[in-house]
Amino acid sequence: MADFDAVVVGAGCAGSVAAYQLASAGKSVLLIERGADAGAKNMTGGRIYTHSLEAVFPDFAEEAPLERKITTERISFITEDENTTMEFASPRLGRPENASYSVLRGPFDRWLASKAERAGAECIFGIAVDGLVWEDGHVAGVSAGGDEITAEVTILADGVNSLLTEQAKLATKPQPHQLAVSVKETISLPAQVISDRFRASDDEGTAWLFAGAATQGHAGGGFLYTNRESISIGLVATLSDLCTSQVPIYQMMEDFKGHPAVAPLLAGGKLVEYSGHLIPEGGFNMVPTLYADGCLATGDAAMLCINLGYQVRGMDYAVASGSLAAEAALEALEAGDVSAAKLAGYQAKLENSFVLQDLKAYRDFPAFMEGTKRMYDDYPAMLAGMMRAMFVVDGSPVQPVRKKMMAPVKQVGLRKVLKDVRRGVKAL
Amino acid sequence: MKETTVNVDEKLAVDKFNVDEGNPHIVLVEDPDPTEFEKLMLCCPAGLYQRGPEGEAVFDCAGCLECGTCRILCGDTIIEKWEFPQAGMGVSYRFG
Repeated sequence: MADFDAVVVGAGCAGSVAAYQLASAGKSVLLIERGADAGAKNMTGGRIYTHSLEAVFPDFAEEAPLERKITTERISFITEDENTTMEFASPRLGRPENASYSVLRGPFDRWLASKAERAGAECIFGIAVDGLVWEDGHVAGVSAGGDEITAEVTILADGVNSLLTEQAKLATKPQPHQLAVSVKETISLPAQVISDRFRASDDEGTAWLFAGAATQGHAGGGFLYTNRESISIGLVATLSDLCTSQVPIYQMMEDFKGHPAVAPLLAGGKLVEYSGHLIPEGGFNMVPTLYADGCLATGDAAMLCINLGYQVRGMDYAVASGSLAAEAALEALEAGDVSAAKLAGYQAKLENSFVLQDLKAYRDFPAFMEGTKRMYDDYPAMLAGMMRAMFVVDGSPVQPVRKKMMAPVKQVGLRKVLKDVRRGVKAL
Repeated sequence: MKETTVNVDEKLAVDKFNVDEGNPHIVLVEDPDPTEFEKLMLCCPAGLYQRGPEGEAVFDCAGCLECGTCRILCGDTIIEKWEFPQAGMGVSYRFG
């Protein structure tokens, strides 16, 4: 007989939710996390859309250590010293069914793991899983700290660098064009200063994405999220393109912080943490096999993320996949059959949910973003040129606006622009 | 590669680390291929891959943010060993 009904590797969004659900259903669960505490190895930009969290924890808004509710969205195309921004502020963004919050993974993950622990899951922190335990070709648990811990079902929630999905032969090592590296600075500022600078109430804030000079023309972008008493600012850059850069990512980060669109917002702030993390950006085409005999893959370990440039999601998929993995594991445990054929129910659940439907719907978008380098240099410059045509006055006799506005477009090439628009719309 | 003006070590200094002295979790091959090494000079967010005064490859995994960038880019070329740090070691994010 196995030591546990289920062992869950990794106490992030997917792992802690899976452990919580299984423990709540009365199963014996071990949650193992290599960080000294939940969240110690995790980092987000970031913001979590909370629809899937609410399905698991209806009272999360009162309980969870979230930062600010996001009620303002901004997208900027920036050149070295110019900035064209679209802002959308709406109370609809904050409606419970649509809500999203800025979040810091340290406090958030500790809360989530505590929910699993209180539901009865056994949690061990500061123990790294060395590998999987195999019995007759089935995954039958994990080895950690020199001990073998056996389980009927092993749920892999060990994040984007999942060595275990590779060991379980569910995945092969991802390619550099499928991953982006993110660097982030957490900059502390008084809550009131943040509210004033972002014209927000104390509980509300802004999510802001940047394309162009943030990554100095390379695939990726910048981000800024307002927390309660800090600002999360950082970059995301696709590895295959970043390694052709003239500038290392930490220097890009420093230059981005000095951009006139962001520098005044950070003024007087103090760096309290510098962090780095990988992001799976390859979309549906990089999702590994999700189940094997005795084993399921969830969250970032299953590469469940999307980056649409204007919308970046991962944690809501992680929460949902953890929850669905727990459902599938429960059904398998009840049936006394944890074979791949039975655990295939997990894939069906993901396919019937928004998780794999979203990833499928946007499956062509990663290739579009990667193949349309103009997004990161020509288009920010084109938009700035159009804005100059509208706003800059020099006292000389005016040119027709249509002529002035078309000049920057012609510089890129009207046909190229139309083609990119068509391809982008098709990929969405 | 352009000259850098930022001191990334000052940023890492605010982070909490438990360095596993004498037991590096990432090990490079001897004489790493310069083209591969340059990828990591550009992409490692902690700036752990540097050139020394003689142009030699300098790498120390203290200060590693455990992002995995080097594993993805050079795991099959100039990286001989890539593991997660031992229990309780490495970076501990307080904010994340």
